[in-house]
Parts: sequence; C-alpha cells; structure tokens
Amino acid sequence: MRVLSLGRWLRAGRVPPREPASRPSGHRHSGHRPQGPPQELPQGPSQKVSVEVLEHLEHLALVDFRDSEGVERLQKAIQFADQLHEVNTDGVEPMDSVLEDRCLYLREDDVTEGNCTKELLENARETVEEYFVAPPGNIPLVKLEGQKTFLQGSK
Amino acid sequence: MAAVLAMVARGCGGVWRRLRQRCAVRPGSGPFPRGERAVACNARGGMMSAGKSGLTPWIPVVGLEIHAQISSNSKLFSGSQVQFAAPPNSLVSFFDASLPGTLPVLNRRCVEAAVMTGLALNCHINKKSLFDRKHYFYADLPAGYQITQQRVPIAVNGSLSYSLCIDNKMSQMVTKTVRIKQIQLEQDSGKSLHDDARSQTLVDLNRAGVGLMELVMEPDMCCGEEAAAAVRELQLILQTLGSSQAVMAEGQLRVDANVSVHHPGEPYGVRTEVKNINSIRFLAKAVDYEIQRQIEELGNGGTISNETRAFDSKLGCTVPMRDKEGKQDYRFMPEPNLPPLILYDAKSLPANMNHQQVINIDWIRERLPDLPSVKREKLVEQYGILPEHSFTLLNEDGLPEFFENVVKQTQMKPKKVIGWILNDLLSYLKQHSLTVKESPVSSFLLADLLNLLEKKEISSTAAKQVLAELWKGKGKTPLETVKEQKLELLQDQKELEQICQAVIDGQENEVMAIKAGNQKVLNKLIGLVQKKTQGRSNPVLVKQLLEKKLSE
Repeated sequence: MRVLSLGRWLRAGRVPPREPASRPSGHRHSGHRPQGPPQELPQGPSQKVSVEVLEHLEHLALVDFRDSEGVERLQKAIQFADQLHEVNTDGVEPMDSVLEDRCLYLREDDVTEGNCTKELLENARETVEEYFVAPPGNIPLVKLEGQKTFLQGSK
Repeated sequence: MAAVLAMVARGCGGVWRRLRQRCAVRPGSGPFPRGERAVACNARGGMMSAGKSGLTPWIPVVGLEIHAQISSNSKLFSGSQVQFAAPPNSLVSFFDASLPGTLPVLNRRCVEAAVMTGLALNCHINKKSLFDRKHYFYADLPAGYQITQQRVPIAVNGSLSYSLCIDNKMSQMVTKTVRIKQIQLEQDSGKSLHDDARSQTLVDLNRAGVGLMELVMEPDMCCGEEAAAAVRELQLILQTLGSSQAVMAEGQLRVDANVSVHHPGEPYGVRTEVKNINSIRFLAKAVDYEIQRQIEELGNGGTISNETRAFDSKLGCTVPMRDKEGKQDYRFMPEPNLPPLILYDAKSLPANMNHQQVINIDWIRERLPDLPSVKREKLVEQYGILPEHSFTLLNEDGLPEFFENVVKQTQMKPKKVIGWILNDLLSYLKQHSLTVKESPVSSFLLADLLNLLEKKEISSTAAKQVLAELWKGKGKTPLETVKEQKLELLQDQKELEQICQAVIDGQENEVMAIKAGNQKVLNKLIGLVQKKTQGRSNPVLVKQLLEKKLSE
C-alpha cells in the first residue's frame, strides 16, 4: 500500500515525504543509494545505460530506439524510476498484485468455449487452411528500408 | 559411434556391460534400451573412465525437466476443450488467442492434479503459491508471455524412487532416488508447423493454454538408463493418479535432459540441454550419446558451450538447434491478473467458504490411489512372486489384473502362474505388438489350460503346444485342442510300465552303464520312452518307473 501512495507523489513531480513510522527515531534510512537530502529530481550519479544493454533490450522487446532522443528518453525514465530507491522498504512485504487480498476464483472443469475458428481467423491477415501464418523461424526485428537501427548505425 | 563404444570398452577394462532383459522375457519388452549402452555406471552411480586408460575418470551429471500435460476437460485458464488431434484452431477461446480484454480464470481440476502429483512425489505443498509471466516472442505464443509459477511454485522438495537392474542377473534390483526440486503449473504453447518450402510457419493454437505440470528434477542421475527408469516410474505414477495420461508419443509427457561431465572433486562442467526426445528409449540413447560426445570433445581439448541441442532419432545423435542463440532473458514479472493461489488443509479449512472454492490438501491425500511401488509390494506379499516379476507385471498396462484373474481361476500356485504370464504370454504379446487388452488368449482360457497341466492331464511341453494353438484365436478351448492333437498324458500305469520295460530290454548297454553308477544315461532312457509315447508320458513318473525297474 505504501508503494501506491508513493506513485501519487511521483506523478505530482515531488519527492515523497519521509515516513517517520517506518524507522526507529534518529536513524537515517540505510541500504539505499546514498543520494543526499532529496530535492526535485535527484541529479546524483545515475547509471548510464550501455550500448550492450540497449542492444539487448532492442532484441528482447523488439523495439527500435530509432535515434539519440529515444535513448535519452529511456535514460530519463530510468532516472525518474530510480526515485523509488528513496523509500525505506525495510520489513515491508513486496506487493506483486493489487489483488493480493482477494480470493482466486476456481472454475469448474467444464468445456464452455472454443469452436469459433472462423471468428478467430477473421482477424488474421493471412491464413492457410485454418492455420495462422507466421514468418519462418522466430519473429525478427523489423528493419527499416535499407536503414540500420540507430544503435547499429552508431557502432 | 561404434569406435567410440569400443574405446569405452577398452578403457573400462571390461566394466562395459551389455544390457540384458530381465525375467527371461524376450528382447524388446521392458523399459530399457535393447542392446548396448554407451556408458557403464558402477554400483555407486559414478562413471567409469572413457577413452585411453590412464586418464582421470569423468562423472556424468544428468538432470531432467519434464512437462506433463494435465488430464482435464478444459484448459488451465480458459474453458476451451483439451483434445489431441482436432481441426486446427477449433479448440481455441478468445483468451487462448490472446485477444484484448480477456482474462485468465483458473481451472480447479488442474490445481487438484498438481496437488495429487506433488503428494505422490513426497513434496511439500505450498499453501500459498504465485503466478508469474515469462516473456519471450514466438509465433505459437500469442500473448508474448507464458503464465507460469517461477517464484513460488505449488510444490517443492520431493523425491521419486525408481528401480534398476544393476547387473545381468535379474535378481539384483536396486532402488535409486532422484530429488524433485519443484512442480509448477503453467500454460502450454500452441503448435508450429514449419513449411520451409514456402518460407512460412503455420500456427495451430489448439494446444495453447492447456495445463502443464513442470517437474524439475535435481541432477542426481548419471546415465541414460537411470534417466529412462526414472521417467518410466514417473509415467506409471502419473497414469495411476490420473493427473496425466503421460503418453510421450502424443506429447503429453515431454522430457528435456540437462547433461554435463566433470572430473571427481572438480566443480560441475558446462551443461547442454537436449530436446526433441520422443520416447523413453530415445531418452536413454540421447543422454548417453551426449555424455559420450562431451567426454570426447573435452578429451580432444575442446570446450562445451551452454547450448540447446536436439536429438536426431534417425542418426542417434544430438545436433545444435538453430534459433536458440545465447541465454534467454525472460523478464519474469508477477501475473497481475491472478491473486495468490491459496490451498487449505484440515486444520486451516475456512469456516464459511463455498466448498467449490476450497481445495483441501488432506482430503486429496486421503483419496490418493495405491502408487506403483505400493502395488508391487502388495503383489509380492500376496502372491509370493519375486520383486522383479512384480516390476515387469506393472510395466505392462493391464497385466497385473490379467495375472490376478488367472490366479483366481486356477489351482496352480501363483509362483508357477507368473512364469507362464511373463515368459509365454508376454513374449507372445510383444512379438505381435499387442496390448494385454488385445490378447487372443483370455485369462479364462489360460487358467483353463493351466488347470489341465496342474491336474497332470498334460505335460508342460504339451501345454506350450496348446497355448500356441490357442494363440491363433480360433475359439477352441484348451481341452478341445488337447483332444484334437492327442496330447493327453498316458494315464494307464500298466501301459507305461510295459513301454518302460520294452525300452530297458532294448537298451542293454545303457542299462549296464546305469547299474555301474552312471545316472546321466537314465535321461536317455527317459527320452526313448517319451519318443515311444509321442511325448505323452509324464517324465517324473517315467523316471520313477525306470529307476524302480532297474533296481530290481
């Protein structure tokens, strides 16, 4: 729940207030990146994203950073997200779903769906005898006409 | 390959062993590969040296990752049907096709199947387990991720016990254990059909979303034989539980092997993953080949790369797989659409919850059927048969029931009946590739035949002849066959005595030899009596009569 309220502060562009209840008094928060007293956006030594990591990301997520502005935007986004390190989460259970207090509904093992081949295939650009058609092998990174990606060009 | 095997034989100094069949069953039956093994495991499970003698021995390490398709009517997170071989894309719901706006809804039956399997494998069942997304791009994974349980799976820390014959004698069966690291629930992907001619892949999503149990085993095994035995036992357990039909040929049980070798005392070597193994027999072959390949490669000064290789069953070797370069980064994240899966037991049962929404581990545990190991013990205890017999019985679907039915209907002792079942019936079935259900000789017919034998109305040679006739399935009873072929034992003692006397009278030299102390010659006389009676004399009785006459 703490993480949610933090989000609200971040969106407002401000640094979240200290939560005194989370620490014993007189004890500076420990174990997080030493950024000094927080101001607007921490300008401290943030990580520069290496070319290898960027290439790896392009390959994994099939995106194309296109130009230096794209990479710069990524850099800023990482810096922005790094503010999360300001929060002291000692002794706090990580939350992985807003549904964590809900009951997981269990369905009976009955056949209730399927048999809609025609409808499903309608969405596909190309089909062959009721099969979807995909390129051979794995899905490749889309290349612009005769152009290498920004990263490949900058090597 | 043969040269390599020969090298191993020389280097091992005779430790090389040839796999034999157990319980005198004909070749081709049983779970283990016929003929030669590439690697010999000693009694402690370590490996013998390979290559030229004088080199330090290699220890192979084998770990298995097994995917078992859950036997259920509908899929893990959607209500579309689970069925093998249906028109393409006919068993696909909107969720399976990953259309926007669809959400996963967990199938209760799949959870129960996983709990049953976890309990049968002595696992700790996690009362709270979580679902995660495993991301990768492939045409048969429309969502771009698979829902699995990476952080906290449903069951952990179990064990699987299996049996092996450690030498050629059938009597030496040893029990081994492999630790189960975890069992997790996950989705199956669709099927890709590669059409290289037209440079395209055809995708069928019928299988997408079917529930799988992934069983991760610790690398406690050392050769193909152990891996095959472990998987065979797991298959029997899953089939007994009903949680999976585990038919490898239909893709309901998929095994990937992780293989590495290292010198004793040194850290584990780089492992390769071997995929595309379609039967238990091929599993043993693939593992042994890969061990051998790695040893050779390292012996020649090469290195092993952490790669994925495919087993080519035609060539009997492993080849590097294309499309799998480098280590995959799956970017695991919690599945945001599914709360944690909570299971209960008798103590923690919530008071006012809908029964249908509650899974009680203790309730499931109480209703587990007898596992194969328990069934085997019961057979040994109840019928006095050997453990190896019991092992072979359970290895064949329907055979234990057949055996028990015969025992019920005959006076012959179970210890004798088992011989007829395993040596005669089973080898017939194997020769003609029939299952027990398809046997032309029913348990009733066999029991009838064995009764004739037990009552000493026919000899055991005659019984085998009758069985051969029954096998043709012409509908005749054993008694009819006996009468037709005139196989009844001579019951007239006087007539038998006369024949014995005639033989004695006609074989003076032999009689003298016997009287002089050479007992072996008696067998010749018995043989002559058999000839005269056309095999219709009881050899034991003949021997008695001859001995009596000769001592007069």
